[in-house]
Amino acid sequence: MATKGIVKGIVSNLVTVEVDGPVSQNEICYISVGGVRLMSEVIKVIGQNAYLQVFESTRGMRVGDEAEFMGHMLEVTLGPGMLSRNYDGLQNDLDKMEGVFLKRGEYTFALDHERKWPFKPLAKAGDKVGAGDWLGEVDENFQPHKIMAPFTFEGVYTIKSIAPEGEYTIHDRIATLVAANGEEREVAMTQKWPVKKAITCYREKPRPYKLLETGVRTIDTVNPIVEGGTGFIPGPFGTGKTVLQHAISKQAEADIVIIAACGERANEVVEIFAEFPHLVDPHTGRKLMERTIIIANTSNMPVAAREASVYTAMTIAEYYRSMGLKVLLMADSTSRWAQALREMSNRLEELPGPDAFPMDLSAIIANFYARAGYVELKNGATGSVTFIGTVSPAGGNLKEPVTENTKKVARCFYALEQERADKKRYPAVNPIDSYSKYLEYPEFQDYVAQHISPTWIEKVNEIKTRMLRGKEISEQINILGDDGVPVDYHVTFWKSELIDFVILQQDAFDAVDAVTSLERQEFMLDKVIGICHTEFTFDTFTEVMDYFKQMINIFKQMNYSEYKSEQFNTFDVQAENLLTERRENK
Amino acid sequence: MATRAFQKIYTKITQITKATCSLKASGIGYDELASVNGKLAQVVKIIGDEVTLQVFSGTEGIPTDAEVVFMGKAPTVKVGEQLAGRFFNAYGDPIDGGPVPEGKEVEIGGPSVNPVRREQPSELIATGIAGIDLNNTLVTGQKIPFFADPDQPYNQVMAMVALRAQSDKIILGGMGMTNDDYLFFKNTFSNAGALDRIVSFINTTENPSVERLLIPDMALTAAEYFAVEKNEKVLVLLTDMTNYADALAIVSNRMDQIPSKDSMPGSIYSDLAKIYEKAVQFPDGGSITIIAVTTLSGGDITHAVPDNTGYITEGQLYLRRDSDVGKVIVDPFRSLSRLKQLVTGKKTREDHPQVMNAAVRLYADAANAKTKLENGFDLTDYDNRTLSFAREYSEKLLAIDVNLDTTEMLDAAWELLSRYFTRAEVNIKQELVDKYWTKREA
Repeated sequence: MATKGIVKGIVSNLVTVEVDGPVSQNEICYISVGGVRLMSEVIKVIGQNAYLQVFESTRGMRVGDEAEFMGHMLEVTLGPGMLSRNYDGLQNDLDKMEGVFLKRGEYTFALDHERKWPFKPLAKAGDKVGAGDWLGEVDENFQPHKIMAPFTFEGVYTIKSIAPEGEYTIHDRIATLVAANGEEREVAMTQKWPVKKAITCYREKPRPYKLLETGVRTIDTVNPIVEGGTGFIPGPFGTGKTVLQHAISKQAEADIVIIAACGERANEVVEIFAEFPHLVDPHTGRKLMERTIIIANTSNMPVAAREASVYTAMTIAEYYRSMGLKVLLMADSTSRWAQALREMSNRLEELPGPDAFPMDLSAIIANFYARAGYVELKNGATGSVTFIGTVSPAGGNLKEPVTENTKKVARCFYALEQERADKKRYPAVNPIDSYSKYLEYPEFQDYVAQHISPTWIEKVNEIKTRMLRGKEISEQINILGDDGVPVDYHVTFWKSELIDFVILQQDAFDAVDAVTSLERQEFMLDKVIGICHTEFTFDTFTEVMDYFKQMINIFKQMNYSEYKSEQFNTFDVQAENLLTERRENK
Repeated sequence: MATRAFQKIYTKITQITKATCSLKASGIGYDELASVNGKLAQVVKIIGDEVTLQVFSGTEGIPTDAEVVFMGKAPTVKVGEQLAGRFFNAYGDPIDGGPVPEGKEVEIGGPSVNPVRREQPSELIATGIAGIDLNNTLVTGQKIPFFADPDQPYNQVMAMVALRAQSDKIILGGMGMTNDDYLFFKNTFSNAGALDRIVSFINTTENPSVERLLIPDMALTAAEYFAVEKNEKVLVLLTDMTNYADALAIVSNRMDQIPSKDSMPGSIYSDLAKIYEKAVQFPDGGSITIIAVTTLSGGDITHAVPDNTGYITEGQLYLRRDSDVGKVIVDPFRSLSRLKQLVTGKKTREDHPQVMNAAVRLYADAANAKTKLENGFDLTDYDNRTLSFAREYSEKLLAIDVNLDTTEMLDAAWELLSRYFTRAEVNIKQELVDKYWTKREA
């Protein structure tokens, strides 16, 4: 019999319930308030009192209101039909809700009960299968959506029967499996999974090594992220976190993109709603929305659901990874998630850690990032969840708990910098502080040597060194004055400016410049490196400045032109002429 | 607060702090309103049969045998056409001597808009101020604060923006406003003959500070009425949100909550977001645009209030006195309107985004040149040109006394660019330079 309880105390969304039976940590419970059932989660138990965080406003709740425990943790419903949907943090389908305003206690089904999917069996009767093994597939927005043996199954099962090719709803039985002890289990196309547990139906989780192309030069060229990699983007407000995130989610070469808008502005999600149905995936030519799932728990939506939203998103990502797909998960922003934890910890009157965040914040963040990764499935196929989170450090200070704890676990660090943003040098990723640990992975080095060029890593490292050198010189010039340093120094400084303007800076709002193919990135990198390797002699520093400004202007025009178009080639020739002219002068 | 028949009256208060009092009561709903000896209070905590009330006007003079009556409802405001032209206090009672307006009673702090039902904001709000329209264009449904030091003329600029913007209703929420500022708004609006489209909810420095907590919800609930039911374009002015946050800190402190950064409650982000996120473009044409003020102490934007605000709002505007031209300007470096790209170059001329960026970049070069000058280094010819450009740019475009339409602003900007720089120096797309470069054959 299900455990029931009675409300005893209310402080904002923390509710104390006296229970009449067993309850478990993180169990889901519904509290009836004036006929509306409000979803909540157990976060602490003391004696007969369960402490619940309510995923909704508790306005009007009374002592004595009844609570009903569900016997399971917060779960998501997995199955075909999740792509293109807009969910809230608890996986309610936002489009199914009526009216302009969200109604308290309105929960909607995540999938479609009636829709028929064209099922093709991949396994046959007699096959032995375990949790996560592929039984069949349906076509979901042109992606092969695998129907898998439920993740909750333990041990080996024998397929007794499997449905023939045909059209089925998600609730229709598509297979009957027999356990070792003879127990028969029916399998449909949908299953449930608790969001706070990782889906681990894979054989191995090797180190990731394949470059994940994003079209953003400061990432791909300078600090690349890989399939199954982790990265984070900290930055003060106004430095372009969201623009960068949107650019990555639009352009990344992934099969599935999941965007968790976690405690951020609603209008940013609206931008995705408005644009993605029209924008085209640069890699497949299909509409972006077809490969995208949005989890929108904006800042004005309930705080507890905000915490759940990142887990909901991660679980869905892991589900698609188990099908052998490349999934990119973006969470904006993980700081809001941490703040949701802080609010609850505060109401629970726990002893606070740094900046009043809960003491176990670092463990929570580490566990979450650990769920990303590149995996080899049991059938030999591979899949990945690449995770990029943004961090909104309080006061722009990177020495705060969320940034510091994230830095310990994420392998790529894209530090957005106020100073660059003020100078409109977008994306404002600091080229010196930022890093990608993957550049040091021998597996990755081999991969790019084969797929791009054997000297690629060398060039990338040269760029980084030159940026650092450029910065040092600019500081010296600031102290000593333009005349206080040799003209050579100016040349070195302007070479770093050339790299900055041509490679690092990118106009996310220009149709051409916004996305740069790897081929084009290599072409431009070679051009720029070529100039960097050229010895120039100038008489005065103003000559240096004028010359490089001309050069930068030509390259900028090139960045704005279609690759290898007539216009592009004209500018290329102009740049070459400018270079030869200078060489010949001396 | 007249008591109605059959209402239970409690007369035994067990605990009193500066902002709250507690008593034993049963069957009480969370968030419910109560009256404590006639003072309005709200339920903030229930533990068993002990109910804690936050008394908005403070607990001064409340005896342990005060009469407490629960009203069985959350705070409400009466909304209707009759609100127009009126001034109210934090409880929605008239303070202008007029009659109590009639209308529909609505709970304040109501539910959020479903994000999928929002429209993408796309309508430009013209203010005539180039520092805003050119560099930081505002859009209906946007939320944006002025980050200003207390001595800056933010209320004047805000009143000017409100009056120039083409909105159907203006709702002013004043929190901890000085009486002088309240009268300034009242006079400015009535002199402009705009009173009939203005509704004000005012808490002045003379009123108890905790009452302020009601102001934004009152103002925004009224705004929702006009935007949803009348499909009107509503502009909400909230000044000053720092005072609001301070009141939040007082209450959380009285409730023994662990403070986070700068003594603010751990929930400050969610608390502020709940207010600002009421800004919305509805599909049926109505919209709520919020322009707020967050006062800074000594320009410090890392303080928890401006910092959290910056993460919530869609940009921020800074005012600064430019000593070179002796005028107050909208600071082009730190000011930002996040929604501007929805309208610039789309609702305005195609060259808008690039001209805006080029001018700001060159203005930044001028700032570098100025640093060099101050450090005693020689300036190059380019440096000198940027300095001259900056002076004129500041005077002709950034100053808040400018009143131009966007096309005039763009033309003025091209004129300055062409006068001081070469085509290669402005770094603008070739085709735009070819089209708009102001020809000046010497």
